[in-house]
Amino acid sequence: MAHGPQPGLTRWLYTTNHKDIGSMYLWFSFAMFLLGGCMALIIRAELFQPGLQIVQPEFFNQMTTLHGLIMVFGAVMPAFVGLANWMIPLMVGAPDMALPRMNNWSFWILPFAFSMLLSTLFMSGGAPNFGWTFYAPLSTEYAPPSVTFFIFSIHIMGASSIMGAINIIATILNMRAPGMTLMKMPLFVWTWLITAYLLIAVMPVLAGVVTMMLMDIHFGTSFFSAAGGGDPVLFQHVFWFFGHPEVYIMILPAFGIVSMIIPTFARKPLFGYSSMVYATASIAFLSFIVWAHHMFTVGMPVAGELFFMYATMLIAVPTGVKVFNWVTTMFRGSMTFETPMLFSIAFVILFTIGGFSGLMLAIAPADFQYHDTYFVVAHFHYVLVPGAIFSITAAVYYWLPKWCGNMYNEAMGKLHFWLAFIGLNLTFFPMHFVGLAGMPRRIPDYALQFADFNQIASIGAFLFGAAQLVFLFNVIRTVRGGKKATDKVWESAHGLEWSIASPAPYHTFSIPPKVS
Amino acid sequence: MHRSNNVKVALKLLAFATGMLGFALFIMPPLYDAFCDITGLNGKTGERYQAVPAAVDTERLITVQFLASNNGNMPWQFKPSVMSLKVHPGEAKDMVFLAHNPTKQTMTAQAIPSMVPFKVTSYFHKTECFCFNQQTLAAGESAELGLRFIVDPDLPAGVNTITLSYTIFDVTKRFANNQKNTGQQKEG
Repeated sequence: MAHGPQPGLTRWLYTTNHKDIGSMYLWFSFAMFLLGGCMALIIRAELFQPGLQIVQPEFFNQMTTLHGLIMVFGAVMPAFVGLANWMIPLMVGAPDMALPRMNNWSFWILPFAFSMLLSTLFMSGGAPNFGWTFYAPLSTEYAPPSVTFFIFSIHIMGASSIMGAINIIATILNMRAPGMTLMKMPLFVWTWLITAYLLIAVMPVLAGVVTMMLMDIHFGTSFFSAAGGGDPVLFQHVFWFFGHPEVYIMILPAFGIVSMIIPTFARKPLFGYSSMVYATASIAFLSFIVWAHHMFTVGMPVAGELFFMYATMLIAVPTGVKVFNWVTTMFRGSMTFETPMLFSIAFVILFTIGGFSGLMLAIAPADFQYHDTYFVVAHFHYVLVPGAIFSITAAVYYWLPKWCGNMYNEAMGKLHFWLAFIGLNLTFFPMHFVGLAGMPRRIPDYALQFADFNQIASIGAFLFGAAQLVFLFNVIRTVRGGKKATDKVWESAHGLEWSIASPAPYHTFSIPPKVS
Repeated sequence: MHRSNNVKVALKLLAFATGMLGFALFIMPPLYDAFCDITGLNGKTGERYQAVPAAVDTERLITVQFLASNNGNMPWQFKPSVMSLKVHPGEAKDMVFLAHNPTKQTMTAQAIPSMVPFKVTSYFHKTECFCFNQQTLAAGESAELGLRFIVDPDLPAGVNTITLSYTIFDVTKRFANNQKNTGQQKEG
């Protein structure tokens, strides 16, 4: 298998190589991350002080909407799929993904989906402005005309995710090296297997809900229109039936990544491997029966509020098992604090904070106070930024030497970490306070008493943004050269991916390795 | 050996995904409607009721309050003729809502009912209601929109007040563009 990649642009267009496709996914998601980040900075710049300074409220709403959509569907999800493409075949000892040509397709429709979504910014009436949750009737009767393009772009993103998920499941189920039993799989593979099932179950529901919107807007149906006998609350139920599993889609692979990195740098095997697997599966199951905790205030009967409240709190149990296992893995380990480990430890601490504010929100009577305030914004940014984003960053630092054969600059990595860590907490911690004090989310202007905390948050946001430029610079520098990495890269790394050369050859495991 | 297995797994998963799409499109909305119907959630009241002779319970006196509101920018004047009525369970009562179209064009409206407490929705019967049909008023025209209802004698004890609210929606465009579609519109 001496032949390498094709030269030129066609390598990337026609490639069926899991490493090429993984890299494209990762670069694409990083570009989207920067773009969505710029939108966040527009939001934070406007909120730096009360009153309207920089943008009009209409444009502000478009920014909050697109920031959410791009970060969820453009940054976090493709980044995880990219990591899955790169690492799952290497971790299970497979020569490539199970369905390489579909893999190519599922990547290459993404740029079209996002071009379509972004093109709405230049349309008359502007881009979607109804929030990333696109509640009807805001997104149907009162939506700008560009909503149709938004709907089709969601359809395409959904198709891409479903194909990606099918590919991952087929790879994991069929392509494992001899001896790689299910309970020997690395946790990243396990969490992705479960995530992929979640994707297949709920992305079609998202496609369904936008299809119903399309029908309401253009074909005279009344799914969400009360005037025609429909019900806007139905939208929220269908959306959150997708939406809640979706938030676990964005965090379960992160659990897997952290469960790979912490044992390496604590120089101890992961504590409680099988409990990690079962905890992941229980979280996935529970994610299907808690959706209405996003809508406690729609007027549910008390029985419903209680059911969704208790079911939601139940999720704290398997999540607690995981946090316990990570901490116990570190306990009495010979820890060193390389950049991936720093990001992983920050993940454990900050994700737990986000989990606790989630528990507060789960209390139905208290949620009436928190609903639609900045407290909610603080909560989900605490689980998504140090949760999903930090774990992806940790994964990139951890596996980058394997991908390109060079060590990244450790000092710059640490600088990135500390800037990001401080920036993140400055940005999102004060949001808890303004939220509890009653500042609603998605507003371009606010009452004077929130000014100080908002100023701090805006400064933190720009710091966090600057940190990402350090990251970009470090990654580009590492890809272009630098100190050669060893095959094992990390002193205490375990797993098949470390048994191959660094950089990983274009074709690996053409002959399946034997797993003992 | 891999190849055929991979295709098999992929097809199975694709079928699952298609099934979930069908579930979202064709099962969730009817399921939601049925659920609301059974539980009375959202205060959706029932469809046209066929009156059955029932004894009037003169022991109890129930207050029925009426509310009217306009959805969005609906320009009609719309209000109940009386704010509330006292009725005996089992007794049929008539009342009217007053509607006036102050605009310069003919408009069509649809009223959507809602009721609290939710649990009484199945004990409140309408034998006639303007909400069963769309109402069309010419420019400047006024109308009395009739409602005839019976409170069921089986109304749970402890309920003394029922609030019936109508929201009126402008469906002029929807009705003009979607003549064929009226069959799909559900009655309140």
